[in-house]
Amino acid sequence: MLFKEVLYLIQKDLVLEWRQKYAFNGMILYVSSTVFVCYLSFGLRSNVLTVPVWNAVLWIILLFTSVNAIAKSFMQENRGRLLYFYSIVSPQGVILAKIVYNAMIMLVLALICFVFYAFVLGNPVQDVPMFLLTILLGAIGFSTSLTMISGIASKAANSGTLMAVLSFPVIVPMLLMLIKMSKNALDGLDRSTSLDELLTLLAINMIVVTVSYILFPYLWRS
Amino acid sequence: MKKNWWKILAVVLLVFTVVAGMLSDVPRLAILNETIRNLYFHVPMWFGMILILLISVVYSIKYLRNPTTRNDVIAYEAAKVGILFGVLGIVTGMEWAKFTWGEYWSNDPKQNASAIGLLIYFAYVVLRSSFNEQQQRARISAVYNIFAFAALIPLLFILPRLTDSLHPGNGGNPGFNTYDLDSRLRLVFYPAVLGWTLLGIWIVNVKSRLEILRQRLYETV
Repeated sequence: MLFKEVLYLIQKDLVLEWRQKYAFNGMILYVSSTVFVCYLSFGLRSNVLTVPVWNAVLWIILLFTSVNAIAKSFMQENRGRLLYFYSIVSPQGVILAKIVYNAMIMLVLALICFVFYAFVLGNPVQDVPMFLLTILLGAIGFSTSLTMISGIASKAANSGTLMAVLSFPVIVPMLLMLIKMSKNALDGLDRSTSLDELLTLLAINMIVVTVSYILFPYLWRS
Repeated sequence: MKKNWWKILAVVLLVFTVVAGMLSDVPRLAILNETIRNLYFHVPMWFGMILILLISVVYSIKYLRNPTTRNDVIAYEAAKVGILFGVLGIVTGMEWAKFTWGEYWSNDPKQNASAIGLLIYFAYVVLRSSFNEQQQRARISAVYNIFAFAALIPLLFILPRLTDSLHPGNGGNPGFNTYDLDSRLRLVFYPAVLGWTLLGIWIVNVKSRLEILRQRLYETV
């Protein structure tokens, strides 16, 4: 029952996105212009761009992209539609659908970002499958924690600033793990070295999804 | 008088902590020397902070189940006292680090984690102040409080254990259990933890009673 509901809601989000492509196209443009700005600022002195810097800049771009992309997930919905949902679906279905949908959007954006970034700034990644797995985990992790935060922030008056203030401290532990994991993949270290980070990331994701699942009904009611 | 025994206990324990903490004999250890006394002041701050933040989360959960002003006020005041303990913990830790590690801030995982933890609760205070309507403010900040506490647990308990740290008890450094062989430290340490925590609960108690009275006053005027 819940599963079917979630599938319908994801489908609805995808259809909505497909009909009014401006949001997604805007995000793609945002990613590519940020990468291009990085290219222009580093381009003249390519010796500055060491591997740790490459890694850190990529994750900072991804972080800001995800905050901007996911912040819209509740603010975009108009009031009438929210009231309509309120009468026909359960809040658990809404939050799970939003999380899955945001994870999909983030995955697409992160892959585009990575490909474009590697294209203009060079690709020092030695273990590409592991790096892609890190990006997948990053997309899921960002969407799980930011979806709930965007739900909280959308209720407040100045939701733009609040989104950043509320999300950064929550997301930093995840970001540290991701940066370490992707650094291992960049250096082509043995995959077993990243196992600790991988398990911790999965555990944090589980905690965040469970807490969102339990808390969202209270947020939804207002 | 019967209900206030724990306040007297807090005062007695804190007087004992300060006097015995400053005057009693401590093990002579290289580098640490007299700074080992910080064990009685720095470590109890974190115990107290975790416990008081736990109280705050419990009252947030209670608020969601049973929305009364009292639950909301206690959750908020406890979070503020938790922030106070956290700031004191960071300051005492930095002071100690200056004498043992040589720097106030040496980019240690534990220092960074506690700074991020404080940021989470500052965000909670900012979130609260951005609502005008009282019930909405109480409910949404309760939701964030529970969410933030769930995000704080991996930060404080899991992440520092995965990385090397200069902090005692991490990365091969001797922890609390290895150097207090003669239990002289324990004799002051446990009363100190209890005393500081009771003091924190006392502050929460007084501040939330005051806040509840103030709100009742505004309602009747």
